[in-house]
Amino acid sequence: MQTFNTIILGTGGQGQITLLQILAKSAMMMGLDVKTSELHGLSQRGGSVEVHIRFGKQAYSPLIKQGGANLVIAQEIQETLKGCYFSSKEKTQFIINDFLVPIPGQKIIEKKYILKTIQNFSKKTILIPAQDICQKELGSGITAGVFLIALASYKKTIPLKPELIKKALKEVLAKKYLKINLDTFKLAQKYSR
Amino acid sequence: MESEILKNKGQKAFLLGNEAIVRGALESGVRFVSTYPGTPASEIGNIFYKIAPKQGVYFEFSTNEKVAMEAAAGASFSGLRSLVAMKNFGLNVASDFFYPLIYSGVPKGMVIVVADDPSCWSSAQSEDNSRWHDLKAKIPTLEPSAPQECKNFVKIAFDLSEKYNIPVMIRETTRVSHQSAPVILGEIKKGRNKARFKKNPKKFSTMPPRVFEMKKELLEKIKNVQDIAERSHLNFALNQNLKSKKIGSIVSGIGYLYLLEAMENLKIKIPILKLGFFYPLAEKKIKNFIKNLNEILVVEELDPILEKEVERLAKDVNPKLKIHGKNLLPEIGELKPEYVTLALSKILKVKPDFNYHNHLKNFQKITLPQRRPQLCPGCPYHIVFSTIKRLAPKDAIFGGEIGCYMLAAYPPYEMQDYLYCMGSDISIAHGIKKATKNKQKVIAFVGDSSFFHAGIPALINAVFNNSNPLIVILNNSTTAMTGHQPHPGNMGIKIENIVKACGVKNIKMIDQANIKEFTSVVKKFLEKDEVSVIIATGSCLFKKKKQ
Repeated sequence: MQTFNTIILGTGGQGQITLLQILAKSAMMMGLDVKTSELHGLSQRGGSVEVHIRFGKQAYSPLIKQGGANLVIAQEIQETLKGCYFSSKEKTQFIINDFLVPIPGQKIIEKKYILKTIQNFSKKTILIPAQDICQKELGSGITAGVFLIALASYKKTIPLKPELIKKALKEVLAKKYLKINLDTFKLAQKYSR
Repeated sequence: MESEILKNKGQKAFLLGNEAIVRGALESGVRFVSTYPGTPASEIGNIFYKIAPKQGVYFEFSTNEKVAMEAAAGASFSGLRSLVAMKNFGLNVASDFFYPLIYSGVPKGMVIVVADDPSCWSSAQSEDNSRWHDLKAKIPTLEPSAPQECKNFVKIAFDLSEKYNIPVMIRETTRVSHQSAPVILGEIKKGRNKARFKKNPKKFSTMPPRVFEMKKELLEKIKNVQDIAERSHLNFALNQNLKSKKIGSIVSGIGYLYLLEAMENLKIKIPILKLGFFYPLAEKKIKNFIKNLNEILVVEELDPILEKEVERLAKDVNPKLKIHGKNLLPEIGELKPEYVTLALSKILKVKPDFNYHNHLKNFQKITLPQRRPQLCPGCPYHIVFSTIKRLAPKDAIFGGEIGCYMLAAYPPYEMQDYLYCMGSDISIAHGIKKATKNKQKVIAFVGDSSFFHAGIPALINAVFNNSNPLIVILNNSTTAMTGHQPHPGNMGIKIENIVKACGVKNIKMIDQANIKEFTSVVKKFLEKDEVSVIIATGSCLFKKKKQ
């Protein structure tokens, strides 16, 4: 399998590292080589977080190269733009959480600008209010990130099957969080149709 | 994750570089581990803090890196395998002890892990390169590229250290310590736990003339370790059997992975010499590798140190060799796979696999969100900074240093007129006060953990030499910035008692939320002729949550 490159973007506290572990575990269960990288300074204090995950027959670099991403998952809409560095019209799909975390003292970057800009860097884009969906249907937006990777899996945007990722969830997450995450998968399945 | 790190022998675990270092130490029978928190090395201490007791390992967060290194050395002097971990700036702090320690050596394995931070992801002070310390101190240094190597190299480092009675360094960079990959595990060993310090002043006392003998012994040790490096599988050549091999590459650390990636991107292979030993350098191996090449690309992060060494060695065996390195790769910031790909495509005169230049140009046109870290919502420091900003005269100088409070450098506060290493805010404030003959007010901010780390001598100096800055010690009862590690204050050592004992007369403890008291005390203390100290107390929100 050719190396599949995913970037996950968001702000501190949105659980990127957990998503990374879930995807890495899934790929390892398929017997694939995996490399991941965490890029963050002071993420807990509201900074941006960017994580890279690469899996396939062999993955050398822990960083995805410029234009090399197959998939960009953005957990916050403005952060999506940073994904353009790693994206190209030929190979990159975007899955974006239609969710805004404003930056104090800064003008909000308009959704229209974001969607227009990524057109030049994206083969296909899915914009979905994952946060609101999870909040409404599960009573908490905390699993929005898992919703996005589940959606990617059901839509075959990421070459990891839903059943496999669900198995990985059990290994990575504490027992008490398992149910809400499995419910999130059901929800994502519904929205993937 | 601790459960991953502690999996059984033969299993594959998915580990961060720093987690693999921990596992490597456990497989080496480490018995004493010390550290002062500093990212990108923090995870090593955080993990040992959780797992050490069950593994029969002694672990401590020491008050600073110098103390941590000295403590680990004491354990090694007494016969235990020890490991000390720190970030780059930590080695600067520890260097006073580090240099003579390499002279005397250690009787039992001692490994020093240092994590550099190219691109300053978690560093304020400078884009440091610890390799210069390695050369100056003459410490055998291994540079892993990936988690599996992190684990393996720690084991090799312990054996090497014990065989030659010399501490061995593992030098990481951010992309090695914060990279995860599957790691095949070995067996966790219970190391020797019986310790006894055997008196031998000849070994541990550096007084001249003994110190010159020690230097001689060190040079001999390094010669022996260099012989090991020449034979070691940690330094290996790849693609030696290619038909055309006029262009090659020498690489160490994370650059190795980017070089492999670059060859795959360009669908081309060149001979590579991968160096696991940074010091001492396998000079014969390098000479042998470069002697028949026309051109070479040296891939390393930050300064061109290997590049200069290759230049020197080429003079002997291949003076016409064209050496590339920092002419094509950046000296500032961490390497990226595309940088190495582009450098290689240039030398090989092949078309890059992607139009990187155009793509970058297009990307640079985009308006990006600038999400700076900031004090957490609800952090009591907000009250401290807004109150002091309101009260301080317009030309007051605000001194800062390393900790959460440095985030007050950003709007709306902009209250860090200078910012260097831990403890420096107080000493610089003292210097300014003396130089300006008391014409400007100086308010210096220092955190609780920083105060224990390096603030105390600076405070004593201000009292001893009689100046009058206002020092605000922000006491949130934890080392918050690096992930809430405990510090001496959590063990009942009271900052106010230390401040009093330093001879400070104007001292007040105020709750960080008490605006009224802050207002009156700041006003009063700014007019004092001697040093004054406000200890602003209030727990970090996240620490409260964890309890």
